[in-house]
Amino acid sequence: MENNSKNILEIKNLVKHFPVYTRGILLKKQTDEVHAIDDVSINIDRGENVGLVGESGCGKTTLGKTLMLLEEPDSGQILYNGIDVVEAFRTKNNEKIHEIRHGIQMVFQNPYTSLDPRMTIYDILSEPFAIHKHVEKKEWKNRVYELLKMVNLEEYHAERYPHEFSGGQRQRIAIARALAVDPKLIVADEPVSSLDVSIRAQILNLLTKLQQKKGLSYLYISHDLSSVRQITNRVAVMYLGKIVETANTDEVFSKPLNPYTQALLAAIPIPDPEKKRTKIILSGEVPSATNPPRGCRFNPRCTYVTDLCKEKEPALREITPRHLSACHYSEKFL
Amino acid sequence: MEGLLEIKGLKTYFFTEAGVVKAVDGIDFQVGKDESVGLVGESGSGKTVTGLSVFRIVPQPGKIISGSIIFEGEDLLTKSEEEMRRIRGRKISMTFQDPTTSLDPLYTVGDQLAEVIKEHQRELSKKEAMEKATKLIEMVGISEPRIRVNEYPHELSGGMKQRIAIARALASGPSLLFADEPTTNLDVTVQAQVLELIKDLREKQKMSLVMITHDMGIVAEMTQRVQVLYAGMVAEVGETHSLFKRPQHPYTEALLQAVPRIDKRKELRVIPGNIPNLINPPTGCRFHPRCPYAKEICKEKVPQLELTDKGHLSACHLWRDLSLSGA
Repeated sequence: MENNSKNILEIKNLVKHFPVYTRGILLKKQTDEVHAIDDVSINIDRGENVGLVGESGCGKTTLGKTLMLLEEPDSGQILYNGIDVVEAFRTKNNEKIHEIRHGIQMVFQNPYTSLDPRMTIYDILSEPFAIHKHVEKKEWKNRVYELLKMVNLEEYHAERYPHEFSGGQRQRIAIARALAVDPKLIVADEPVSSLDVSIRAQILNLLTKLQQKKGLSYLYISHDLSSVRQITNRVAVMYLGKIVETANTDEVFSKPLNPYTQALLAAIPIPDPEKKRTKIILSGEVPSATNPPRGCRFNPRCTYVTDLCKEKEPALREITPRHLSACHYSEKFL
Repeated sequence: MEGLLEIKGLKTYFFTEAGVVKAVDGIDFQVGKDESVGLVGESGSGKTVTGLSVFRIVPQPGKIISGSIIFEGEDLLTKSEEEMRRIRGRKISMTFQDPTTSLDPLYTVGDQLAEVIKEHQRELSKKEAMEKATKLIEMVGISEPRIRVNEYPHELSGGMKQRIAIARALASGPSLLFADEPTTNLDVTVQAQVLELIKDLREKQKMSLVMITHDMGIVAEMTQRVQVLYAGMVAEVGETHSLFKRPQHPYTEALLQAVPRIDKRKELRVIPGNIPNLINPPTGCRFHPRCPYAKEICKEKVPQLELTDKGHLSACHLWRDLSLSGA
């Protein structure tokens, strides 16, 4: 089924809360809820690389997992290539599930745990062929070599086991495995965070090359803003389960319209001792998502806070064309 | 600048079953009074082991083979364990990367701070020590110190734990702090808080700082001088501004150009290959298999540190002929 819509992925008003239980005598009782994702909408165009950034606990990883239906959302809609992902899984529509799994692949943070140590690289890379049955068996070997070449590894690497590789090489193998089913969208969750600096550049450059060569789309989830700046086209900034700002990458980094984004950017040390910047030091830490603050969720840490912010939650609205921010006072920063 | 710590020819090897890992292989390192120095390198460069060696807490099967570590005029390597106990924490402190494992989960943070305080000021009563602990918790910017002092590490967030670890390191007013990747596990906004805290305390207490990190941004922001390590050896030493602007070792250049930046998008340089295995390090210059400028001599001869025209020390045979670009 081909779909001609511009977006490869549309997320509409997605909500995911996790229950918190307290153990009583015999029965456990739900006492609270963690608001992991609260009414989040994101679109990803074909061939676009969207960065999802935020600090720990903001819900970015949960969002990635929900796309793969590793977590079922409470409400909201996920459309992949026009297919309703949540409904496909609920109704166990195997044909559609197959198409979704074929189209969206995930690359995880830690390549030391995401590759099976007992399988050779050949087995790891050909397993998707066996599951999706989209490659004939006699073609397997060639396809595995092709995949290895795509991620700058050699043919002889196919006979080896994961422990024989360095972290950067393993992450490239994980990327090759994701590519094995010719996906259209890759969800990359902190793919370079566990790697050494000299190795990160290899992976970032590889992701960009694959995006251009194969027309891939990415949802690049990371807390590392410098790598997001480097490889994404558009950015969504998340805070406590909500998107607080989204715009094209250069604009978010040069003209952030949300105080949280501003503070986040100001907090990052620039590797150039001659650049002196005014720092915004936020007090406190990300509050618990069990009881998010009333009004604007960022208000207890915000420098510009007013009474309005404590009362009314700001909506995510368009301030300038394609630049959305959820702050009552975004216009002030124009 | 008046010297405080001077390490000469330090060699710390690990005797594993697979062979001898030369984690630190002849490192010189100086810290002046009231100076802040960055110790930079990737995993396996020897930066943490250098710190552990100064503290004389190199874990088994590691051993300090040779060299000298002169601190305030005395060689730490000739001290008895009892004498070292009095230096650790009181004169030199260290904070570790992961505050979750460096705090004892069975004691309250107050107990852990008071333990350090009492170790160094034996005349204090338990109550006075606890009082001091509360003050320390307040000093590192944690709100409600009277409540926090009675809490256990698991009740605190990562940022708070790292602050407690810093408070413990500062409990006895050391003249030198080794901060080993103090913000690696923290969120960026909390990282900014912790860095600001260290800067502030450094000014107030006239303390020297060794910042062990792989993050060139933190180095640029926090230090006056940088020492770059590669595979257990010194690659380059220089004043921070000058080293970032005009590196004189190919590895420093590569490090600076491989890091993405938030203020501009640029071509990311890839350093080919991997960090070498230290059981069997490459011959000659250890960086030569990954170096784009390598010549025949680099494979054969180990380069010595030389004073360059920019006032750096560079361990590169070719520094005179190279014009390297900075950040």
